[in-house]
Amino acid sequence: MTWYKPADVGFATRSKMADIGYAARLFFRLLVSFVPTFRRFGLVRDQMHFLGNYSLAIIAVSGLFVGFVFGLQGYYTLIRYGSSEALGLLVTLTLVRELGPVVTALLFAGRAGTSLTAEIGLMKAGEQISVMEMMAVDPIQRVLAPRFWGGVVVMPLLAAVFSATGVIGGWVVGVLMIGVDAGSFWSQIQGGVDVWQDVGNGILKSIVFGLTVTFIAVYQGFEAQATPEGVASATTRTVVVASLAVLGLDFILTAMMFTI
Amino acid sequence: MAHNTSESLVELRRVTFGYGERVILDDVSLSVPRGKVTALMGASGGGKTTIMRLIGGQNRAQTGQMLFDGQDVTTMDQPHLYAARRRMGMLFQFGALFADLSVFDNVAFPLREHTDLSEDMVYDIVLMKLNAVGLRGARDMMPNALSGGMARRVALARAIALDPELVMYDEPFSGIDPISVGTSAKLIRQLNDSMGLTSMFVSHEIEQTFAIADHVIILANGKVAAQGTPQEVLHSTDPLVYQYVNALSEGPVRFHYPAVTVEDDFGDVADPSSQQFGVSR
Repeated sequence: MTWYKPADVGFATRSKMADIGYAARLFFRLLVSFVPTFRRFGLVRDQMHFLGNYSLAIIAVSGLFVGFVFGLQGYYTLIRYGSSEALGLLVTLTLVRELGPVVTALLFAGRAGTSLTAEIGLMKAGEQISVMEMMAVDPIQRVLAPRFWGGVVVMPLLAAVFSATGVIGGWVVGVLMIGVDAGSFWSQIQGGVDVWQDVGNGILKSIVFGLTVTFIAVYQGFEAQATPEGVASATTRTVVVASLAVLGLDFILTAMMFTI
Repeated sequence: MAHNTSESLVELRRVTFGYGERVILDDVSLSVPRGKVTALMGASGGGKTTIMRLIGGQNRAQTGQMLFDGQDVTTMDQPHLYAARRRMGMLFQFGALFADLSVFDNVAFPLREHTDLSEDMVYDIVLMKLNAVGLRGARDMMPNALSGGMARRVALARAIALDPELVMYDEPFSGIDPISVGTSAKLIRQLNDSMGLTSMFVSHEIEQTFAIADHVIILANGKVAAQGTPQEVLHSTDPLVYQYVNALSEGPVRFHYPAVTVEDDFGDVADPSSQQFGVSR
C-alpha cells in the first residue's frame, strides 16, 4: 500500500483547486462573451452548422431506435394493465423529460464534444493558438467562444429532433405494427403533456447539458498537453467527464423539476 | 503610443528566466538595433526561442526588464500587451497556419481581426503581401497542400500583413531544401530593407545567417557569449564561439550530457567483453 507524504497530498489538492479555479474563470469568461460572440454571428453560425448538422444523423437514427424499443417495451408493460392506449403518453413523457436531453447530451459528447476537444488541442499542438495570441487576437474570444455558444444553441435543437423521431418510432411500432389505436395514441399525448412543465423543463435540461458538455469539450481542448498523447487523453477525458456530469446533473435537475 | 527614438527597438536588461529549477536565461542583457537584421544563434535549448517569447510577452521575465520600444513588456496588462503585439510579427518554426483557412484567408486573418477595411482593400493588401513572398498564385490553396518552405512564406506574408515594426523568425531555415533556404534568407533581407522593418531571426545556418545579418548574438549556457557584426563574431577568440561558428565537435560544449562516471554505470570497462559496446572512458 502506498502512503503519500502530507506535502504531496497538499500539493495535489492545491493543484486541483487551482485547476477548478481556472476552469471557473474560463466558464465565466465564456458566459460574458455572449454579446461580442453573437455580434460576429458568422463564426457561431459556422460552428452551429459543424456541430449540429454533422450530429443530426446519429441523433435522428438513435432517437428513432429508442422510440422503437420504447414502443415495444411500453406496449408489453401497459397491456398487462389494459391501458395500451396510454402508450403515446408514456413514450412522449419519457423522451421529452428524460431521454431526449440525456441521450442527446451523451451522443453529443461522443460525436461533437470529442471533435471540439481534438480540434482545439491540435490547434494548440500546431502553435495556432500561440500565433493567434502573437497577433493580439484573444483565442478565448475567437476560437473558444463561438464553439461554446454554437454547442449551447444546437443542443436543445438536437434534443428536440431526438424526442420527435423517438415519438415517431413509438408510433411506428405501437400504431402501425402492433395496432394500438392511433386516435388514443395522439390524444393521450395532446392531453397529458404539459408544454411548460414537461417540454419546458426538457428544454431547460438540454440547455444546461449544452453548457456543460460544450464547456468541458472546449476546456479539455484548451488545456490539453500540446502533444499527440496529450490531445488523445484530453479527448477521452471529454467523453468521460461530460457523460458523468450529464448523468449527475440530470438527477439533480429531475429532483428539482418534477414533483408529484 | 509615443515612440521611442533610441537606436534599439528591443532591449533585454539583466533578464533572468527559467522553468522551475532550470535556468534558461541567466542575467542576460542584449539589444536589437532598429532597422537592422539581427541573428540569434546558439546551441539548441539555449534560450533563443525563449527570448522571442519574452519579447512577445508570451513568457514573462522573472527578473530584469524586457523593453520593446522603450516600454517594459514584463509589466504590461493585456490591452497594452496586445497593442504592443500589433506592432510585431512572428513567424513560427513550422508556419502555424490555420489549417481550416485557405492561404488567402490566412493572410487576411489579422486584417479582418484588427481593421475595418473593406473586402476589396483586404483583397488588394493580401495579394500584395503574397506577391512579396512569391506566392500570389497559391492564394486558393489549403495549408495541407503546401510544402514546408511555402507554408513558412505564407506565414511570413501573414506576419507582415499589418506592416509591423519588428518581425521575429523562429528558425526560418530548418527542415527546408537549400533552394528554399536561399529564398527565405533573401526574403528576410529584402523585406527588412524595403519595408523599413527591424528583423530578428533564430538560426543554426552559419553561412546564410552571416551573409544577411547586420548583427549577430550568440547565446551559450544562458548567457550572451558574443555579439557584434558577423565579422566580429566570426573572428572571435572566445573558445565557445570559435567551436560554434566552426561547427567543431570538440570544445567547451561537450558531446556527453553530464552523467556519473562510466565505471559507475558499466562496472569495470577494462573487461574486454565490455569493449564490444563501444564504451569509451
